Amino acid sequence: MKGKRQRPREATRSRTPVILYSVAALFAAAGLADATYLTVIALTGEAAACGGSAGCSEVLGSSYARVAGIPVAAFGLLGYFSAFSLAVFAAFNYARAQKLFILAVCALFVATLWFLYVQAFLLHAYCRYCLFSAAISFLLMGLVVAAPGQPKEKP
Amino acid sequence: MRRYLPFIIVAAVALITFGSGLALFRAKRPPLPTPKKDSIAAGAEETQGLHVRGNATAPVTLEEFGDFECPPCGTMAGVLKEAEEKYGARLRVIFHQYPLAIHVHAREAALASEAAHLQGRFWEMHDLLYQEQGVWTKSTDVPSLFNSYANKIGLDVDRFKKDMQAPEAKARVATDQKLAAARGVTSTPTIFINNVLLPPTSLNPTDLHAAIDAALKEKTAP
Repeated sequence: MKGKRQRPREATRSRTPVILYSVAALFAAAGLADATYLTVIALTGEAAACGGSAGCSEVLGSSYARVAGIPVAAFGLLGYFSAFSLAVFAAFNYARAQKLFILAVCALFVATLWFLYVQAFLLHAYCRYCLFSAAISFLLMGLVVAAPGQPKEKP
Repeated sequence: MRRYLPFIIVAAVALITFGSGLALFRAKRPPLPTPKKDSIAAGAEETQGLHVRGNATAPVTLEEFGDFECPPCGTMAGVLKEAEEKYGARLRVIFHQYPLAIHVHAREAALASEAAHLQGRFWEMHDLLYQEQGVWTKSTDVPSLFNSYANKIGLDVDRFKKDMQAPEAKARVATDQKLAAARGVTSTPTIFINNVLLPPTSLNPTDLHAAIDAALKEKTAP
């Protein structure tokens, strides 16, 4: 790319992954904000109040909301931060970052499916923050599917 | 510069996330216990086995036999809170446990409040249980919710879990139930104002305030 002028069509094609990964980074940042909020309210016990939403309290106060005493939202926070960082690096044409981004999004997506199952079939209650996170991970998965082939590895 | 840009972006977002998370944590963390003058007086009586809120020398004493799962008790909790605010130092409130057998989680809730009492936070748990009554009474995982409530009001959750099963907590509930039987209580909420039973038809703000006013007048009359 450096030093060479691209034809308009080629330039548009090469810009597509950049745009897709930038959008993915924005989605991941939204998921990161949501997971940060959930982690904080889990750590402070604010899950009990949860904005007056009954389903929310039930989900966040349930035994499924923690693994070995650690709020699952904290894992979500790490997951979204990884997805965000990898999306940023992928937008800057780091090929390994793209592969790892796909892995991170797949892990988030699988976790999302599990939490949707827990809410729908085990708790029969939904938490709006968890549903927002689920929507984000579905959007990220959509972008992974829509993303074109890998960019060249940066030297 | 472009080479370092992704690192700068990631580091900036990490810092923003950490900073905002920390600020939110500080804002939402329950405050450390700072007993008010009134609750010190109440605490003195709590050691004698009563849950008292308000001025220890108030001319009017309102006693409630309540069940945390009973919806009218939940409504009455709000009414009593308003009365406490209105009458201030002239009114003290005593809560007695009377969990009804028809309510599945009532006894568990009573024990949760007694476990909170063992850490000096009975009234915080009392208020939260009523405030969240619509949530935990419908929950399939009540113990987890109670644990989250304990965490919210700043209790040691591990101790709280143990205290829920403690003989002291069970004994306190049993003592209140015996007292209820001795005073002819059969339903919740049952309210006594200066040892006079408030009729069930008067369990509304207007009649309650009128009864408190009457009791105050009687006390201050020469």
